[in-house]
Amino acid sequence: MGATEQTGPEAARPIVALTGVAKRFGAVRALSDARLELHAGEAHALVGENGAGKSTLIKILAGLYRPDAGSVEIDGRPVAFAGTAEAKAAGIAVIYQEPALFGDLTVAENLFVGRQPKGRFGLIDRAEMNRRAAALLERLGVRLDPDRPAGGLSIADQQIVEIAGAIALDARVLVMDEPTAALSGVEVERLFGVVRSLRDDGAAVLFISHRFDEVEALCQRVTVMRDGAHVSTDRMDEVTVEQLVRRMVGRELGAMFPKREVEPGETVLEVEGLSRAGICRDVGFTVRAGEIVALAGLVGAGRSEVVQAVFGIEPRDTGTVRVDGRTLPSGSPRAAMRAGVALVPEDRRLQGLLLDLSVMRNATLVRRGRLSRFGFLTGGAERREAAEWTARLSTKYGRLTDPAATLSGGNQQKVVLAKWLAANPRLLIVDEPTRGIDVATKAEVHRLLSELAADGVAILMVSSELLEVLGMADRVLVMREGRIAGELSRAEATEESVMLLATGQEAAA
Amino acid sequence: MSTETLTARLRDSAAVRHLATWDAAIIAATIAFLVVAAQTVEHFGTARNAGYIILDLAPILLLALAMTLIVTTGEIDLSVASTVGLTSAAMGVMWNSGIPLETIMPLAVVLGALLGAVNGLFITGFGLPSLAVTIGTLALYRGLSYVLLGDTAVADWPRAFTGWVLGTIGETQVPNVLIPLAALAAVVAVVLHATTVGRAVYAAGANPIAAAYAGVPVRRLKFWLYVASGAMAGLCGVFWTLRYSSARADNAFGLELTVVAVVLLGGVSIFGGKGALPGVLAAVVLLTALQNALRLAHVSTEALTVVTGSLLIAAVLAPNTASAIRGALRHRQRRTV
Repeated sequence: MGATEQTGPEAARPIVALTGVAKRFGAVRALSDARLELHAGEAHALVGENGAGKSTLIKILAGLYRPDAGSVEIDGRPVAFAGTAEAKAAGIAVIYQEPALFGDLTVAENLFVGRQPKGRFGLIDRAEMNRRAAALLERLGVRLDPDRPAGGLSIADQQIVEIAGAIALDARVLVMDEPTAALSGVEVERLFGVVRSLRDDGAAVLFISHRFDEVEALCQRVTVMRDGAHVSTDRMDEVTVEQLVRRMVGRELGAMFPKREVEPGETVLEVEGLSRAGICRDVGFTVRAGEIVALAGLVGAGRSEVVQAVFGIEPRDTGTVRVDGRTLPSGSPRAAMRAGVALVPEDRRLQGLLLDLSVMRNATLVRRGRLSRFGFLTGGAERREAAEWTARLSTKYGRLTDPAATLSGGNQQKVVLAKWLAANPRLLIVDEPTRGIDVATKAEVHRLLSELAADGVAILMVSSELLEVLGMADRVLVMREGRIAGELSRAEATEESVMLLATGQEAAA
Repeated sequence: MSTETLTARLRDSAAVRHLATWDAAIIAATIAFLVVAAQTVEHFGTARNAGYIILDLAPILLLALAMTLIVTTGEIDLSVASTVGLTSAAMGVMWNSGIPLETIMPLAVVLGALLGAVNGLFITGFGLPSLAVTIGTLALYRGLSYVLLGDTAVADWPRAFTGWVLGTIGETQVPNVLIPLAALAAVVAVVLHATTVGRAVYAAGANPIAAAYAGVPVRRLKFWLYVASGAMAGLCGVFWTLRYSSARADNAFGLELTVVAVVLLGGVSIFGGKGALPGVLAAVVLLTALQNALRLAHVSTEALTVVTGSLLIAAVLAPNTASAIRGALRHRQRRTV
């Protein structure tokens, strides 16, 4: 197991110290021996697979759960938060992946909800409120109009507003649970800028992420958790990503990207002159059987919109989409499905799953017609099909009748994949296939995509993860502002060449 | 065996899981009520009274069958009772103009389907909220009924037809209408629970976006459900007219609330995606039998309204509370990540 570095003699007493924290939910042991120390002026990364207990740990810090055993100390004094209000009062602020702002209220109103500055007659002093909000944002070094409705801001700016709100409440500990999952590269930098300035002002930051490049860019110290227990804590510069990954999974990983070389076959997908007003313009490309083509680019470049138009979820204004030489009608997912197209969408909770319905219903939704006899379904065929495909993808669930919402993120993604793979597609479109899922499942998904391509399936992959794009794709199409900015072969594609095309900047330093 | 594994086994047992559902609870409550009422309320347990109850529940059941499908997709149809009124009024006008009843009856069903198609067009074609659209047509269709018939009633319906609706099978006390009602309920139950259409209904209600991504034609499905709802209301208009031997503009006034109430009391989630027909059928029986028992016990009409009203509130509260409790239990079991 990895070396556990004790805090050096130069380090002061930690602001937050968790020791031997355990938490059970019924028969499930979520945490057995969690340890964590957060110091002032330091950003600390917490990494681990899904199910390692990171979220439970955060919820204990946030005052949502009470630990069964172990101690939580703030400034050396043991505390037992009875609720989130007490955690907040102790200076702990938690920023979640999805910001929880009031979309119709302005930035300033959001920052001062429930404690607006009062003027004469007890009315809200809007000018004073906006002035204080502007001062707060100024302190974070961001330019945001305090009078704008929060709903119109990007996710990154909404998170920054939440951070500003935390500062307004004198938070000394900032916990961020996968804040960057929905952000583009530029936005991540903006968010990190804010977090760094806060850290340099003496706040302790706990940062949870699946993206190691971000962990390396932001954090000084990293803690690995596995199966609810502490594995190691190291200084970031004394440990490699590979070591961390090995500790997270507790075993040697095969190649991170098990890409197989496949001789591409005939053209399966041909897109020509695809346009949608305000979204994409004159997009054209092909995907051949056995080929993995990646659509790379920044968030908002129109990648998801292009594949949605190809699949027919959204209509196209102009352009043709041909699968195996046959033109697909605009705006008809059913026609695309008949032609053998499958789309695993970007947002599995919103677009991919019926969370309240069972694993079985989810896994067989696409195939319900094929599984029926004259439209009648008796359950047996669905059960067999769902059991077979979830087993092939080694999906972990309790019962086939459990709601999909009860599964972990990685297993939910496998259910969405199973749903579409059962349909035996000619063209598989995957939009962010590994977003928010753990390292081991990621590798499984990559292996699966590679195998499918080897079997002659044409694969079109939208991904914001550069490593995934470079590791998996035979060709990379880079989109910028609704157009294809360029195409790179596997040999040409590097982090630099992709980012240059994506941002449209001339050679960066 | 430790208590922990015992509770885990109990939790995993299919029988226990089934008993824990709202469906099972409402069915048990209905049976319990029927048994208690039969022993405590005079005349309640007679075959003749059972026949009356079936005649009373027929219009609610007809409308609730289609409403169950619509609410399961996450929509609502508040215009059904007004559609009953309008088809009934139209029947009166047609009868007065000398059209034979054999022709009028299918025309009434077609008219109902057309009125439903208007709802469907506004909701799926223009993307308007079903609550707003069907409140609008609730008023519109009722208003048109008054345009057709005013305050008059058409009451000279042929004995052969009204007699059949009120009659029983042979020498038994089984009402004639029971057979078609049971058949319709069975058809809807099979459609909802054992066909691809039913799967699409649940998918559309659980998450219309994900359903569309899986190739479910959500809008087309909803459109046809509104047409079906209208057709059922038309059929209900025929039944109502013949049962009371009266075509009036105010027929079935306010019945939509009872129908929505039984669907919710039957465990169908107002947010869509959840529910099952057996629970709704039980709720239809429970509400009708309760009203019947209260009347037999000479409870005043005012008190009857209070009891029904309370049941309606319970209908909305109870399943949500039950599912909240189940959700909390599940949450406790869920492995947190």
